[in-house]
Amino acid sequence: MSSRPKDDVRSSEITPEAHYLDRRRFLAAAGGFGAALLAVRGATADTLPAPGKPYGLQPDDKPTPWDDVTGYNNFYEFGTDKADPKANAQAFRTRPWTVKVDGLVAKPADYALEDFLKPSAVEDRIYRHRCVEAWSMVVPWRGIPLADVLKRAQPSPKAKYVEFTTLLDPKQMPGQRSRTIDWPYTEGLRLDEAMHPLAFLATGVYGRTLPNQNGAPLRLVVPWKYGFKGCKSIVRIRLTETQPKTAWNQIASNEYGFYANVNPGVDHPRWSQASERRIGEFLKRKTLMFNGYADQVASLYQGMDLAKNY
Amino acid sequence: MAPRAEPRGFGAALVALAWLPALLGIAGMASDVLHGTRYFGSNPIKAGEHYFGQWTLRLLVATLAITPLRGVTGWQWLGRHRRRLGLFAFAYLMLHWLTYALLDVQLDWTELRGDLAKRPYIMVGMLALALMIPLALTSSAAAIRRLGGARWRGLHRLVYAIAILGVVHYWMSVKRDVTGPLAYAIVFAALLAYRVAKAVRDRQRAAPAA
Repeated sequence: MSSRPKDDVRSSEITPEAHYLDRRRFLAAAGGFGAALLAVRGATADTLPAPGKPYGLQPDDKPTPWDDVTGYNNFYEFGTDKADPKANAQAFRTRPWTVKVDGLVAKPADYALEDFLKPSAVEDRIYRHRCVEAWSMVVPWRGIPLADVLKRAQPSPKAKYVEFTTLLDPKQMPGQRSRTIDWPYTEGLRLDEAMHPLAFLATGVYGRTLPNQNGAPLRLVVPWKYGFKGCKSIVRIRLTETQPKTAWNQIASNEYGFYANVNPGVDHPRWSQASERRIGEFLKRKTLMFNGYADQVASLYQGMDLAKNY
Repeated sequence: MAPRAEPRGFGAALVALAWLPALLGIAGMASDVLHGTRYFGSNPIKAGEHYFGQWTLRLLVATLAITPLRGVTGWQWLGRHRRRLGLFAFAYLMLHWLTYALLDVQLDWTELRGDLAKRPYIMVGMLALALMIPLALTSSAAAIRRLGGARWRGLHRLVYAIAILGVVHYWMSVKRDVTGPLAYAIVFAALLAYRVAKAVRDRQRAAPAA
């Protein structure tokens, strides 16, 4: 008895190389009529298994395909188009990598990335992800809880906020050669937000090493906030007494607040936040308060006016 | 030497070229939405919306470039194709708007009304669209006769306002990178400057020598 594996492909089903190349040439020609058409990608990795424990997922939430998670990115250090980071970040060097932890802590230090990660157990967590631009994904992250590294640094009683800084390296990050943002990119959290068990430092996605375009080697993930809070390629974590300046807030404070909690009731000045398009889906979904994590995080904001503190 | 007469097949080629992006765009988006391909990337509805908006501006540039091009090259026959290009610009604007209303907002009236009442860049875009409707409706030779040449020309000067509103709409809609809208602003400014310079020159020539 033969036991041919199910994914075995008969040679007659394989596209001859000549056709395949023709198709590429056709697409390249068509590309002249819109760069978008060049962004063609195979659907090969769409069925990757997504390891991890689901956190706050709705019954119909399914992990967003690998090609979308790693091909549709906002990472202005590598370009402003969603396809730019994948195209421009491939040669980015993430080793050796140093993370500085300083500010109001008892144990400031410069860590080699390996030493920074070593004391914590790596976890796989599937989170909802909501971009401020009203699209969303479900992402199987791999990483460590942010609280782990903060506790190890021993915040002083005066510390109220945590500031995150992205690498500044215009040689490697072509986007930093134009002044779209006041580089380096910085983000921040209140210390109690940062200590919340859902706040996460990602080092991987889909059980694999984090691709450069997703913020390798170390990227912040705060699932109840808009995606721009997720500082990428982090080189510094600093604890402060006063609220740190954050990149998008500096550019347009009326559009991007410090808190940036997902909130269907508070519109962005240029669009409604009441609904979102899940990447890969046609019909829009209703946006959920705190992106579906209200039970876990609403208590952090008790008594606060969330329309004012957007 | 510049061809004095229109090359054979020029009109047909122009129409085919103007149709092509629309057909590619519709086919690409349909494939992405229905079959999960990624010709327009991971968010085909947003990308398609932007694509048709870009093509509206490109066709507007082509329409407004006819007059300077005719002046510079002396190819008078180019003028015959201006109306056609203008109508294509209107068609792309309709595709842009339909993508927004049907596919992006999905005819959610609360959101459509809210956008129109609260979002300045939507208001600017809708104003440009509203201004373009009378131009499309009066594009026929019969409409020119009915209105009379002077009045028709006056009405169709609105195309400059539409171009400016289009660029402003684009400028306001981008988050940070204004390269695209800036490029269109420069091109439209050049096309307008040509006309202003020509009008000034013509007036000077018409004035009696002192």
